Amino acid sequence: MTPPLPKFLRPTPPRPGENGRNGDGTTTAPPKPQEQAVEGVASVVGWLDERTGASPFLRGFLYRKVPKGTNWFYTLGSATMFAFLSQAVTGVFLAMYYEPDAPSRAYASAAHITNDVFLGELVRGMHRWGSSVMIILIFLHMGRTFFFGAYKYPRELNWVIGVVLLVLTLMMGLTGYLLPFDQRSFWATVVAVNLNSSGPVIGPYLADFLRAGSEFGPTTISRFYALHMLAVPGLIAALIGAHLYLVAKLGTTAPPWLKAEKKDLLTEEI
Amino acid sequence: MDRRQREQYLREYSILKGQGKPFFPYAIAKDGIMATITILVIILMAVLFGAELGPKADPTTTTYTPRPEWYFFFLFELLRVVKPPELVFLATIGIPTICLMLLLLLPFYDRGPERNPLRRPIATTAGIATIGAMTYLTVLGALAGSPTEIELATKPQYEEGKEITASAGCLGCHKIGENGNTLGPNLTEIGARLGRDAIARTLENPTAPMPSYANYRKTNPEQFDKLVQYVASLKGDE
Ligand code: HEC
Ligand code: HEM
Repeated sequence: MTPPLPKFLRPTPPRPGENGRNGDGTTTAPPKPQEQAVEGVASVVGWLDERTGASPFLRGFLYRKVPKGTNWFYTLGSATMFAFLSQAVTGVFLAMYYEPDAPSRAYASAAHITNDVFLGELVRGMHRWGSSVMIILIFLHMGRTFFFGAYKYPRELNWVIGVVLLVLTLMMGLTGYLLPFDQRSFWATVVAVNLNSSGPVIGPYLADFLRAGSEFGPTTISRFYALHMLAVPGLIAALIGAHLYLVAKLGTTAPPWLKAEKKDLLTEEI
Repeated sequence: MDRRQREQYLREYSILKGQGKPFFPYAIAKDGIMATITILVIILMAVLFGAELGPKADPTTTTYTPRPEWYFFFLFELLRVVKPPELVFLATIGIPTICLMLLLLLPFYDRGPERNPLRRPIATTAGIATIGAMTYLTVLGALAGSPTEIELATKPQYEEGKEITASAGCLGCHKIGENGNTLGPNLTEIGARLGRDAIARTLENPTAPMPSYANYRKTNPEQFDKLVQYVASLKGDE
């Protein structure tokens, strides 16, 4: 014990930066950029988690177990989703140049995208062929869930949502086909809408609704455009959300040829 | 599935799930690979096949052969399979609606506990039969002859012009070789009668109902020239 000294005689503790970083003549190395980056990410994640409580949910989603034997057929659903996302992204770029106003502008703007806009033909091509790819994938995915019996208890609802998604996806194909407004797209759409009108009871009304009147007119295009880039994709995105929520909640099926072994079943029952 | 079977299923499932691997990183890696392949295929197709744009829609040309996107062929072909007019509503609305309802309600009438496709003979047969029927109708639709394809052989220097002509929609009204429709004159030997200039003039100032391609000449002068050269080369001697 040092004798009590008057305050002004006591040694002052070193100031930060004086006498080494740790105050006793030693210095710890400053954090490396790598460590700083990890710290930074961790603190951002921590900040977000403290305010959203998202991490238990994310952890549950990411680290949930996928049953034994899950194979490549199980990637078809997410591949469909990525095809949809690709359609969404390329669609946004097309919407920057496409003009649905009147039939003449629609064709001219589609020609402008194809011939003048930088990479325009590539983006239009991706959107066009992406639709075919998405349709193929959605049918393959449906086939997988059908043959694996994945629509049975407890996943009935997910099948129903899936069928609605299928119909909506076909509607995207139908409404999008008209938009470039060349001969092909025009006449195919006229026929498709006329087919609708041959339906009993609601058929003619549906056709009138699609055409925005009894004839193809300038508003037909804007109507198809609104359905194609706003209403239907909005519904699809929402339903994909519900579909994936159910997948995460119920888990994906195990391949139907796998059975739990007797001994596991017994221990489970105790 | 009765209550016992449902409980049995959930029990078995939880065991199989417990023996599995976590979604991250195992399943996600596969999904990621598949997603990458999907996007690459889309880009590749866009680069290879591009995005064609035919002539502008013209509501006055009533004979244009309508062609839907290929994935609607199976619906479209139903129309041709069903002939009697009083049954047409069956093909257009009836059969598709019934099929859709059967599809939508599948989990509610097929409730057996068995999931293995080999032990569900009815479901598996029905599934394969549906795929077979849809494939058959799609192929039928594809073979029905595309209005954007010319099979007639041509000299190599006109190949490109042939492609352009095929995709320009002329076949909607003209026959070239075995392809096309018969509203307008047959073009298979048109080059023997008309020279390049005459054809170009016809394209720019056609008599109704042929649409004018003057705009096309302005926007795509090179393609237009190749098209004219190809049409003028059709002399019926090949
Ligand atoms: C909407 C239908 C339609 C389309 C599409 C069409 N044509 Fe025609 N075309 C006609 C009709 C009808 C005639 C006959 C006009 C007449 O009798 O004067 C004609 C006439 C012609 C003639 C003159 C034939 C003659 O015997 O004098 C040529 C050449 C021709 N078309 C080339 C083309 C080419 C090339 C294309 C594609 C770029 C094309 N047409 C697209 C309907 C069409
Ligand atoms: C936009 C279209 C769709 C998307 C993005 C999508 C996405 C997914 C994903 C990511 C899964 C997880 C498992 C897997 O990938 O196989 C899944 C499962 C499932 N999907 Fe889809 N799907 C779509 C359409 C459909 C359709 C048309 C059906 C059937 C009519 C369907 C029925 C099912 C069923 C029953 C499951 C559960 C499978 C299981 O648990 O094994 N889906 N879906």
